[in-house]
Amino acid sequence: MLIASPLRPYTGADEVALQGATLGALLDDLEARFPGTRFRIIDEQGRIRKHMRFFLNGEPIFDLGQAVKPTDEVAMVQALSGG
Amino acid sequence: MAAKGSKLRKSAKKAPKKVTSRASKPKKQLVLVATRKGAWLYHGDAARKTWRADGPHFLGHIIHHLVLDPRDGKTLLAAASTGHLGPTIFRSTDMGKSWKEAKQPPAFQPAPEGQKARSVHHTFWLTPAHGNEPNVWYAGTSPQGLFRSEDGGVTWNEFSGLNHDPQYRAWMGGDQEGTPDGPNMHSVIVDPRDPQHLYFGMSSGGVHETRDGGAHWAPLVDGMEVVEGFDAKNLTFHDPHCVRMCPSNPDRLYQQNHCGIYRLDRPAKTWKRIGKAMPKKIGDVGFGIVVHPRDDARAWVLPMDGQTVWPRTSVEGKPAVYETKDGGKNWTRQDKGMPRGQAWWTVKRQAFTGDNSNPVGLYFGTTSGELWSSSSEGRSWDLIARHLPEIYAVETASI
Repeated sequence: MLIASPLRPYTGADEVALQGATLGALLDDLEARFPGTRFRIIDEQGRIRKHMRFFLNGEPIFDLGQAVKPTDEVAMVQALSGG
Repeated sequence: MAAKGSKLRKSAKKAPKKVTSRASKPKKQLVLVATRKGAWLYHGDAARKTWRADGPHFLGHIIHHLVLDPRDGKTLLAAASTGHLGPTIFRSTDMGKSWKEAKQPPAFQPAPEGQKARSVHHTFWLTPAHGNEPNVWYAGTSPQGLFRSEDGGVTWNEFSGLNHDPQYRAWMGGDQEGTPDGPNMHSVIVDPRDPQHLYFGMSSGGVHETRDGGAHWAPLVDGMEVVEGFDAKNLTFHDPHCVRMCPSNPDRLYQQNHCGIYRLDRPAKTWKRIGKAMPKKIGDVGFGIVVHPRDDARAWVLPMDGQTVWPRTSVEGKPAVYETKDGGKNWTRQDKGMPRGQAWWTVKRQAFTGDNSNPVGLYFGTTSGELWSSSSEGRSWDLIARHLPEIYAVETASI
């Protein structure tokens, strides 16, 4: 997964290989390896925070239940507005 | 020469007194500045004349509040978020040299059936708890919720049933019902005589009190006015901006409200609008209020323009602090050292504070990034820093 730059202080890398069959499972794996990351991306009600975006092989995805395959590339980016 | 030598020897005999004097020398002042783009620590000398900037910490992060625990003098908590990431709390025990993130930041539990689930957007307010409860902290959030940590800010949980109480949920408002930039729970106050006795303010939603450690809460809004045309009996219309308890008399509270300046002397339950004694052309609208640490008759406000479209800037572009020395019967303008005009400052509710020194030091930060101080209880003002990002909060500590 391509890691959004604000989260690189957690991961220490701009890309991380994660395991899981869904986007949500990938983020669970991210949290297990880099504690604290998930809550900064997903709120306590399981919603993707409004300034975070995910892309699966270049296409936007919005559902944590989205299935992913081992060869898929997932990108997490920030979507800021204003100054 | 002989006479001088004699004097020196005489002084030497008094050395123990000097040692005592050194041991009790005044502590240095620390001013903690939280901004929209990071945090700064300003280290002052004992005279509070020169300041050393330490920062930015968390450049680019939104820091809503930065507070040093007065009980241990070393635990520093920063309520943080960014434009994209969710909210969190950072902790330092070495005065900001290193920071660790909370393992469990404030977060709402799933909502009971029939209520809309809420997510913490940011932690707005941090309060160290009673002196007999080391490591306990309270946090007020936006959307409005009350949280408590019992381990120095490492893990946070919802406090009491308040956040899901149907009546309080109605008063707190939801994401769309509150003020557009987010309703804020603030002014979490702990009675120094009783850790079970707490107050908090909701902007909007009124002032509330518990005397049994959060088992029961009750509104405390009698006497508070609301915007013209609205029903003061409806708590959602009450907008306290900042509530302060007098350290020298915990039965006395002062409040800067959207609709005036108030005082409450417990056990009375009706606030008195002391802001009516302010000059008419200045009015009594503002955000923050500071109380004197040793004199419950003294308080300071920083009036904002509340006319027509509510600019909430310095009235007529001429900033000033107003002081009362008699509990709000009279107010005196204090603006020496401040710009004489064309200064359209806004000072937010957490960005006006005082220290415990004698004379009391006062500090405020503007949304235009200026940090001002007075080491003379407001008689004259000096600029500590300018060109900072928008200042959200200013706190002090003696170290």
